[in-house]
Amino acid sequence: MNYIWLGLMVISLVVGAINGRLEEVTNAAVTYAASAVDIALGLIGIMTFWLGIMKIAENGGIIKILSRAIRPIAKWLFPDIPPDHPAIGAMLMNIIANWLGLGNAATPLGLKAMDELQSLNPEKDTATNSMITFLALNTASICLIPMTVIAVRAKLGSANPFEIISTTVVASTCATIAGVTAAKLLQRLPSMKKSNPHRLPESSKKEEK
Amino acid sequence: MTDTLTATAIVDTLKQVAQTVATVPTETTFVTIMKGFSNYAIPFLLLVIPVLGYIKKVKVYESFIDGAKEGFNTAVRIIPYLVAILVAIGMFRASGAMDYFVAILSPLTNLIGMPAETLPVALMRPLSGSGALGIVTELMKEHGPDSLIGRIASTMWGSSETTFYVVAVYFGAVGIKKTRHAIPSGLIGDTVGLIMAVVLCLIVFGVN
Repeated sequence: MNYIWLGLMVISLVVGAINGRLEEVTNAAVTYAASAVDIALGLIGIMTFWLGIMKIAENGGIIKILSRAIRPIAKWLFPDIPPDHPAIGAMLMNIIANWLGLGNAATPLGLKAMDELQSLNPEKDTATNSMITFLALNTASICLIPMTVIAVRAKLGSANPFEIISTTVVASTCATIAGVTAAKLLQRLPSMKKSNPHRLPESSKKEEK
Repeated sequence: MTDTLTATAIVDTLKQVAQTVATVPTETTFVTIMKGFSNYAIPFLLLVIPVLGYIKKVKVYESFIDGAKEGFNTAVRIIPYLVAILVAIGMFRASGAMDYFVAILSPLTNLIGMPAETLPVALMRPLSGSGALGIVTELMKEHGPDSLIGRIASTMWGSSETTFYVVAVYFGAVGIKKTRHAIPSGLIGDTVGLIMAVVLCLIVFGVN
């Protein structure tokens, strides 16, 4: 992340200078900073609401039931997480919300899942393997009906705005498989093993939560 | 020779898969069913979770408030992460650096038969969802939504995610700074999705 961030900044400023667009670049910094805050603040309402609902689901044991239902897959994808842990249920709900294209609900559910994953993390500022696998599942999310783009197609007079569903579903399935495989392979790199919060044996892990 | 043979075999299999998927009555039944799911999923959850909770003797109102308390903090905690990444992306877009990347990468993408016009979509997609949608819309206005370019661009948009935004928001919410291999994994997923979008569209919709 350090390199990517630094790279984006340096490239923007250097290329901006070459193109004589430095003013636009600095203006963009200001506008985007403001819009980032807008986005975050815009999440407050929906976030509060879903975290409330999720708490009921958690206290009622619904999330645990979900966790148990996908135990075999979860054990393989997330070996770090105890099988009945609510993190699994929360992740499942997030992924289903993504499939259904329920963007508004998906983010709070995903953040709830991250929160559960974080409770298992012995090193609070470092991502665990499970978190990264979850994000890989998430960033390549399969959306069964990409409504946004279908709406644009319809507006522009497409004869069949829905025809891209099949290609989208297959392509995003491939993307998901590739993302998860990449996460699983990259975590074996020596440098990633060294930074793995779970590299130490069990000891410190249990006392959290 | 064997290589070309396996390649054709793979293409054939893909073709079959894609065509089977395409011939399933996508436009009617599937869409109706999925729309039904999407429309009823949230009301269903909002009914089932509290009622089940009540049956299980959960104090539903107290639980809701208890969980909801975290909402504000979570959203606010995301701010620094989101500002960092969105500012960098905004500056990058404004600088015009994208054009250089397009110039560097287009010889490569030409190899898989990707129309050069769709490359900016691919490059923008992991950085900014709305930015990429803007390009997709422009392309469809220019070439028509039912052109090959329009279809590839639409498929690309739907088959990958704004990786940088998701990483910033999800890790930001729990305060994780060391993201390890999260970005590379996400980008590999995106790249495969984008390439598959081109390949599948070429197979299903053909060159027209």
